Amino acid sequence: MKDIKEHTATSSETSKTIRITGSEAMMLSLIHEEVDTIFGYPGGAIMPIYDALMNYTDKLRHILTRCEQGAAHAAQGYAKVTGKVGVCMATSGPGATNLITGIANAMLDSTPIVCITGQVGAPLLGTDAFQETDVIGITMPVTKWNYLITRAEEIPEIMAQAFFIARSGRPGPVVIDIAKNAQFGELDFKYSRCHILRSYLPKPKIEMGNIYAAADLINKAKKPYILAGQGIILGDAEDEFRAFVEKSGIPTAWTILGACALPKDHPLNVGMLGMHGNYSTNIKTNECDLMIAVGMRFDDRVTGDLSRYAKQAKIIHLEIDKAELNKIVKADVPIHGDVKDSLPLLTNLIEKRSHEAWLQEFKEVDKIEYEKVIQKDLHPVKPGLTAGEVIHIINEKTGGDAIFVTDVGQNQMFASRYCKFKNKRSFVTSGGLGTMGFGLPAAHGAKIGAPGKEVILFVGDGGLQMTIQELGTINQTQAAVKIVLLNNKYLGMVRQWQQMFFQKRYSETFLLNPDFIKVAEGFGINGKKVVERPQLAAAIQEMLDFQGPFLLEVSIEKEDNVFPMVPTGASVSEVILEQKK
Amino acid sequence: MAKMKNNNGDKNGKQTFTISAFSENHIGLLNRITIIFTRRHMNIESLTVSGSAIPGIHKFTIVVNDIPEKVEKVVNQIEKLVEVLRAFYHTEEEIVHQEIALYKVPTTALMESNKVEETIRKHHARILEVTQEFTVIEMTGHKEETQELFDELNEYGLLQFTRSGRIAITKASRELFTSYMQETAKDSVN
Repeated sequence: MKDIKEHTATSSETSKTIRITGSEAMMLSLIHEEVDTIFGYPGGAIMPIYDALMNYTDKLRHILTRCEQGAAHAAQGYAKVTGKVGVCMATSGPGATNLITGIANAMLDSTPIVCITGQVGAPLLGTDAFQETDVIGITMPVTKWNYLITRAEEIPEIMAQAFFIARSGRPGPVVIDIAKNAQFGELDFKYSRCHILRSYLPKPKIEMGNIYAAADLINKAKKPYILAGQGIILGDAEDEFRAFVEKSGIPTAWTILGACALPKDHPLNVGMLGMHGNYSTNIKTNECDLMIAVGMRFDDRVTGDLSRYAKQAKIIHLEIDKAELNKIVKADVPIHGDVKDSLPLLTNLIEKRSHEAWLQEFKEVDKIEYEKVIQKDLHPVKPGLTAGEVIHIINEKTGGDAIFVTDVGQNQMFASRYCKFKNKRSFVTSGGLGTMGFGLPAAHGAKIGAPGKEVILFVGDGGLQMTIQELGTINQTQAAVKIVLLNNKYLGMVRQWQQMFFQKRYSETFLLNPDFIKVAEGFGINGKKVVERPQLAAAIQEMLDFQGPFLLEVSIEKEDNVFPMVPTGASVSEVILEQKK
Repeated sequence: MAKMKNNNGDKNGKQTFTISAFSENHIGLLNRITIIFTRRHMNIESLTVSGSAIPGIHKFTIVVNDIPEKVEKVVNQIEKLVEVLRAFYHTEEEIVHQEIALYKVPTTALMESNKVEETIRKHHARILEVTQEFTVIEMTGHKEETQELFDELNEYGLLQFTRSGRIAITKASRELFTSYMQETAKDSVN
């Protein structure tokens, strides 16, 4: 026991070898990787590990979600706000398959998580044993790496590799499936962290020739435009990015996952890109003469019709994942590498500039958007409440000093457009996969990861019901998640599309909802419902002041739409501000 | 890397490429690689996997017929896999390639006339085994060549036929991958 204590004293390397079980080795491996929180759900094939967990509760906090999907999303919320690897655990078969949506979400959004799944004993593999599923096979297309451990001796080395792969390079999900016999088996345990794998180059060497070429293009450009992606955040390069933006004086727009790369009130921050991004950011895409894409991947929701996307511009693309270079948009100057390394090299070589007239062009276009959209969203005069005004009041009361989490759909678009992101890593949303049901568990994981921060979730009535059981988890931890339910009694985004593109044929988008306040109450969570404007500000204040989790339900206008919008198949320059009459 | 050549693409711009990927010899890697083709709805014409010149490293040789841009993206996706060291793609002009085919004919066909023998000689094929019932013939060559022999032997009542996937070697003096391994050994920054 004394030797085990030495291992739990958190040094990342140990010289001492101890004889322990695979399950204990799993716990010690997690401790060596500085894991402090596990989101999970026990079951038959992972019981030995859960048994070992009881010996390490002083180091490892386990949070029992109500469904494994909740564990995967919570681990992502945790990873997003802490910058650490999120960890979740599940049993074999249905436990593991319930994780899949979360793993796919982490894959598309490059979120570092390690998922540990129990598996039937090695002798039973392939025999259709009870709760046996081919987890390696199923997760292969949605993981950065996965591995089936069949012998206890493999555990330390494989776990070290799992964490190294999950967090380095372009991060992503790793699944470690561990057969029950490996959990019971014994091994001589010794741990050393993994820093190198010969087949894997997480930090590419930067070619200086391309840096010179890029600097030259930047110094010559008349209307340069920076697109900020999540790569900046994942690379922990917000400061380097800010230095680059400020020296270059270039207007900077961001993808939804790049939301906190630059504070929202920064004078060079011109807004969000994409389908429901800002008006100016989309229009100016087809007017700039140079595009500098930093750690982003030209998602189709950003580019609209590719054949009419920024054809006039030269493209510099800074990206750590070689497979993203020239995948969607051909780069004139590709810079393969970690933006944390490449940005300072570039900043060094560019001239200090300001692009006042060009920036002013954005501001002129912004005025149109303000008048046609933003004013009506944030300061409505109609009787119905809007999502925009709810977010606006929260901005005023928090000053943007909060972590904002969203579900998927209209709530997500309103939040990303209007939340005043102030701090690094203060936005958690499901970008690539667009996973409804992500919000509630992710907000919980975010609050666990950043207990000192106000964590505010914006969620719709549809998405909340997809993972509503996680209210039970939140009640158990008493994590003070502030849940803002924007209830329009519809699957709002789908309804908006039906209204605009399917002649208002509202096929299966109306929801007969439960009494959410009573549901929350049943789960032991306080709540309040607001239906009229005069009560809104006070209710928000009450929510923010409340010590503990709180559900604020706001009945919003049923048929509000999110604008601007780049309709499917349209060019970014054809972004619309309202529905054609 | 392969350059697009206008003279050998079909009317859709599709041409034959040989992809070679070097990887760790780990369970499931074949699956990981083929998933990349499945996702993009790209058909694999032939696939050969075996140990490479470097112990512990396996070589995948994959033949596809598609447009160069798509092949390049697939190769990047293959190389992105954690356990793949490097992946390359080559046009037909950049490589020397070969396949092997085995043919089983009834031995009586050889006894009855000298036509079969002539055919074997003409194609530089060779006989591997003769029993009273059957004779096994081996031929190496390009697919068209082994197909030609197939067509000819078929007239004499071919009993069985099998053809391997392609193996290939680059015309560049050293294998790209060997150069890569030597370079990374020099400055293993990782």
